[in-house]
Amino acid sequence: MTTAAPTRTPDRATGRLSPRLTAATTARVLRQLRHDHRTIAMMLVLPSLLLGLLALLWADVPAPPGQPSTFDRVGLTMLGIFPFVVMFLVTSIAMLRERTSGTLERLLTTPQSRLDLLLGYGTAFGLAAAVQAVITVTVAVTLYDLDIAGPLELVVLIAVADAVLGVALGLLASAFARSEFQAVQFMPVVVLPQFFLCGLLVPREQMAGWLQAISDVLPLTYAVEALQEVGRSPSATGTMWVDVGIVAGAALLALALAAATLRRRTS
Amino acid sequence: MDAAVTVTDLVVDRGHRRVLDGLSTTVPPGQVTGLLGPSGSGKTTLMRAVVGVQVVRSGTVTVLGEPAGSPALRSRVGYVTQAPSVYADLTVRENARYFAALHGRGAKEADAAVAAVGLADASGQLVEDLSGGQRGRASLACALVGEPDVLVLDEPTVGLDPVLRVELWERFHALAAAGATLLVSSHVMDEAARCDRLLLLRDGALLADATPAEVRAEAGTDDLEDAFLRLIRAREEVAA
Repeated sequence: MTTAAPTRTPDRATGRLSPRLTAATTARVLRQLRHDHRTIAMMLVLPSLLLGLLALLWADVPAPPGQPSTFDRVGLTMLGIFPFVVMFLVTSIAMLRERTSGTLERLLTTPQSRLDLLLGYGTAFGLAAAVQAVITVTVAVTLYDLDIAGPLELVVLIAVADAVLGVALGLLASAFARSEFQAVQFMPVVVLPQFFLCGLLVPREQMAGWLQAISDVLPLTYAVEALQEVGRSPSATGTMWVDVGIVAGAALLALALAAATLRRRTS
Repeated sequence: MDAAVTVTDLVVDRGHRRVLDGLSTTVPPGQVTGLLGPSGSGKTTLMRAVVGVQVVRSGTVTVLGEPAGSPALRSRVGYVTQAPSVYADLTVRENARYFAALHGRGAKEADAAVAAVGLADASGQLVEDLSGGQRGRASLACALVGEPDVLVLDEPTVGLDPVLRVELWERFHALAAAGATLLVSSHVMDEAARCDRLLLLRDGALLADATPAEVRAEAGTDDLEDAFLRLIRAREEVAA
C-alpha cells in the first residue's frame, strides 16, 4: 500500500467551489440591497455629490503651468477611492450582521463553501460598484468637465476592481471585529494609511524611502497609478494593466485570507 | 439499526466553564428525540456539537457514520438555532428560496416549506415585520427546505400558539415517519411527552436517556415534570 486514503475530509478553508452557490449568494445580497432604498440611493448618488463639492473647491484655483488642474488630478483619483471606501464599510457591516444574526453559523452548516460565500459578496458589491462607477464617471465628465484622456470604460473597470478590493479587505477585517464599534474603526486603520501613501497627497518619488517602500506594498497605490495612466494616455498602457492585475490579485488574496480566517467551529 | 448520532465522552468548555462533561449518548434514526433541561444545562452546546460548529475539548460526535460537521454531512443535516437565523431584510419567500438554492432545491420546494410552517399568507412579508413566533417559523422553513436526514431544532416552538405547536409536532412526527431523525430541544415538559425518546440534561450531564414510558416507570409517576424532579432529587441524594 503506497497511499493511505484519508478517512475524513479535512475542514478546508475553500472546500469545493460552486458557481451556482456563489450566484445564489450574490442574488441574495442584491435582494437585500433592493429592499433598502436609501442605501441604494446613497451608494449611487453620494460619490457624484462629493465629487461636485471637490470641483467647486478648486473651480477658481488656476492650474500650475503645464500641469493638469488640481481637480483633474484629485477628482480622477477619487473615482477609485470612493468605491473602495464605501464597499469596505458596507461589507464589514454586512458580514458583522451575518455573524450576530446567526445566519453565518447557519450558512456554515450548509453545502456552501466559505469561499463561495465570500465570492458571492464580492460579486454582488462589485456589480453595485459598477453601476455606481458608471453614474459617477458620467456625471464627472459631463457636469464637472473632469478631463480624462483615456477610455472611460477603463475608469469604470478600475473603479470596480477597487470596489472588489474594498469588499475583500472588509470581509477580512470583519473576521477580526467582535463588535460594531471595532468594525467601523477598522475603516481608518485599513483605508487611511493607503490613502495617505497612494501618491495623491505627496508624489511617491518625493516620499522618504521607507514610506515609499510601504506605499509599494499597499494595493491602493496601484489603483491610483492605474487611474493616472488612464487620465493621461488616450489608450490603455501596459503599466495600467499590470496595476489592475495587482489590485485584482490583492483582492483575491484578501478573499482567500478571509475564507481561511472564517472559523466554522467556534467556542 | 445504527444510531443516527453517536456522542462519545464529549467534553466542551466555554470560557472557563465546563459545559459538557464526558457526555455519551446515541440518537436513534427515524425518531423524534427530545433534549430537555433547564437553561444553561448544555442543550444548545450539544446541538452545536452535533452540527459541527462547536469547538470540542475531547470526545467524538458521529452523525450518519461521518464525523460531525464533515462536508458530506452539510447537505444531510439541518440546523435551526434558537434565535431565528434568517435575513430580516428579506421576505419569508426570499429567505426560503436562498436556503433552497444552497441545498440544490428550487422555488417550488421553498414555497412548500413556507406553507408547511403555516406562513404561506405571510410569504411576501419582510421578516423584520413578522412577530417573534413567525420569525421562528420562517427560520424553521429554511431548514425544512433542504429535506435533511437529520434535523436539529433548538427550541423551535417557543412563543407559538398552542394550535400551531401541535401542528408542528405532528409535522416532526411525519418527518420521522418518512425516515428523518429529529433532535428537538425544549424546556416545556408537555412537549417531552410527544417525543419518542428523551434526553434529560442537567449541568452538562445526562440524568435520563430513555423513552417517556421508561422515565415514568423509573420515577414511579405518570407526570413527566414530576418524574424529572424525582430523578434530579434522587441524583442529588446520591451525590450528597
